[in-house]
Amino acid sequence: MSEPPLIEIEGLRVLFHGDDGRTTHAVDSIDLSVARGATIGIVGESGSGKSVTSLAIMGLLPKQTSDVSGSVRFDGFDLISASDQTLRDLRGNRLAMIFQEPMTSLNPSFTIGDQIIETILRHRGGTPAQARQRAIELLRRVHIPSPDKRIDDYPHKLSGGMRQRVMIAMALSCDPKLLIADEPTTALDVTLQAQILDLMRELKAESGAAIILITHDLGVVAEVCDEVAVMYAGEIVERTDVDALFASPQHPYTVGLLGSIPRLDRPSERLATIEGMVPNMANPPVGCRFSARCPFVIEPCVTAPPSLVELSAGHWSRCIRAPLERLVS
Amino acid sequence: MTALLEAEGLVKHFPAERSWLGRPTSFVKAVDGVSFSVARGETLAIVGESGCGKSTLSRLVLRLIEPDAGKLRFEGRDLRALGPAELRAFRRDAQIIFQDPYASLNPRMTVGQILTEPLALHGLVPSENRRARVEELLRLVGLPPRVARRYPHEFSGGQRQRIAIARALAVEPKLVICDEPVSALDVSIRSQILNLLRDLQARLGLAYIFVSHDLAVVKHIADRVAVMNLGRIVESAETKALFAAPRHPYSRALLSAIPVPRPQAKRSRILLQGELPSALNPPAGCRFHPRCPFVVDRCRTENPELVADSTGHATACHHTAELPPGDALIASDGELSPTLEKLIAAFNRPEVLLPSGVGTLGAAP
Repeated sequence: MSEPPLIEIEGLRVLFHGDDGRTTHAVDSIDLSVARGATIGIVGESGSGKSVTSLAIMGLLPKQTSDVSGSVRFDGFDLISASDQTLRDLRGNRLAMIFQEPMTSLNPSFTIGDQIIETILRHRGGTPAQARQRAIELLRRVHIPSPDKRIDDYPHKLSGGMRQRVMIAMALSCDPKLLIADEPTTALDVTLQAQILDLMRELKAESGAAIILITHDLGVVAEVCDEVAVMYAGEIVERTDVDALFASPQHPYTVGLLGSIPRLDRPSERLATIEGMVPNMANPPVGCRFSARCPFVIEPCVTAPPSLVELSAGHWSRCIRAPLERLVS
Repeated sequence: MTALLEAEGLVKHFPAERSWLGRPTSFVKAVDGVSFSVARGETLAIVGESGCGKSTLSRLVLRLIEPDAGKLRFEGRDLRALGPAELRAFRRDAQIIFQDPYASLNPRMTVGQILTEPLALHGLVPSENRRARVEELLRLVGLPPRVARRYPHEFSGGQRQRIAIARALAVEPKLVICDEPVSALDVSIRSQILNLLRDLQARLGLAYIFVSHDLAVVKHIADRVAVMNLGRIVESAETKALFAAPRHPYSRALLSAIPVPRPQAKRSRILLQGELPSALNPPAGCRFHPRCPFVVDRCRTENPELVADSTGHATACHHTAELPPGDALIASDGELSPTLEKLIAAFNRPEVLLPSGVGTLGAAP
């Protein structure tokens, strides 16, 4: 691997300052790099910091209440220290994002065509007629039927699946090098989810863009990702390629997550449960943040924070009891 | 054995547009001729995509919405003939748990008040014993009794759903309708609630109607499954039979779309083309025909009836028999390695359900 990664995140940290003077550690020292054309999944539950990570990368967190530090190097820029002007040039252009809610992320008072064309004109210039032609082409690429008519529709006329396709078309309008998809299929039915995942795979093969896919659904991760980072309470607790994650997870939290999914192949028995709750991030525990819910907890887990250790090539775990095999052999 | 609940030809059309005289001119055919039955202690799952009418159906069963036509019988009694007082008495036997635990609990009432209200409403427990009953209910759903004084906003989503379950169980129902009870919850919390629902069923002999779009969850919890598409049931079968070999083309597509937690999963996925047609103007003939990969001429004009075979596996399709076998459609999860099994087992501590006297309270005054 001589080629430098497309995006390299080092020591990313996000603090939120609340009205009551308390500080919440939403994201704590994230290190992550994504190679060109790779798809990496960030998995975690509500409050794990996965969406905040993506917003921090895009520079979309409100400056008044949040404190972002660390470095995010993307394509020769440092996104954390970049000016608003630079960020505006990058966003929607080389750096694109799809959000979870296609209902709220499109502007209801403009046609979908207007919204796609606006992006193209802002970043690529050209005449409005050329931009419109390209917009129709994009809608066709995301399999919207009769795109030359649909382009003049307002968002309310489209179903949820169609709106998400429009969002994808808009994100792809300037051939981004990195696409951040935050729960792109969570609001959709399973048959539509299958269509959208299929579309994302197809577009990735065509365009060669790298994708950061943020999700809570391990099934979706298994289908589209090459690599996975599991987040818990603002930290990456495990990082590896997708096969290793499902075959031999090395963090107890990942094990618990895998055990709590109902499986199709086996008779339904009791599901594993992770007792307790995510720690309060205004006052994170001193030791391992998962220790209060972990069945393998021992004394040193509670007293000192574990670091992310490479157990085997490319497989990282933030657990002092790893490799976990030895706990049950 | 008579079924606990029987529905026959239920219909609900909502007016969508009206003429200037106020007469409805077009209808959303949310539920259009649905028949099913639920036995005591059984779980019937109703699955389908958004807009298929599954939530409307669950409300029709409780008469939270009045059906336009059809029959509803609960323990042999005709539900549609009940007057207001009898209806209230019936609601003691049938309760509902909603999807969003953030919206279904009154933020101005303490947990104790929330759980006492149904007891008072039905005059079940003398007021001096209500506090004890609330504590029992909380223990039953795995919450410490001291939380009775707290308000809903002090709880997480999973805990709120436990409170909603406790409220439903307060009146000792025979049937609980669960409308997407775990969709709003995180994966690890979801499994806690699913385990709780199963434990409660085993212990109290509850029947569930479990409305969901999550097929892996349905496979886990249901005895029988009814698949709905645009206001009609297209297939109904024992869970095992349906997941082994779905017959209706819609069920096939639905089941083949489930993402499984296994990276190399082999699948022969049926991708449905096109969008879900609107229930406002459902297609003629079989309502699935515009998206069906196996469509023939007859499907466009003639509505297929739901016909059961000798094993009780019912399908509403003109030519199921001629379709390719549906047994390889669902991707395989694969086996977990023995090591991983053992690691997961460490999480599998049985939930601490403290002994509670719900059984003995069955003889309420």
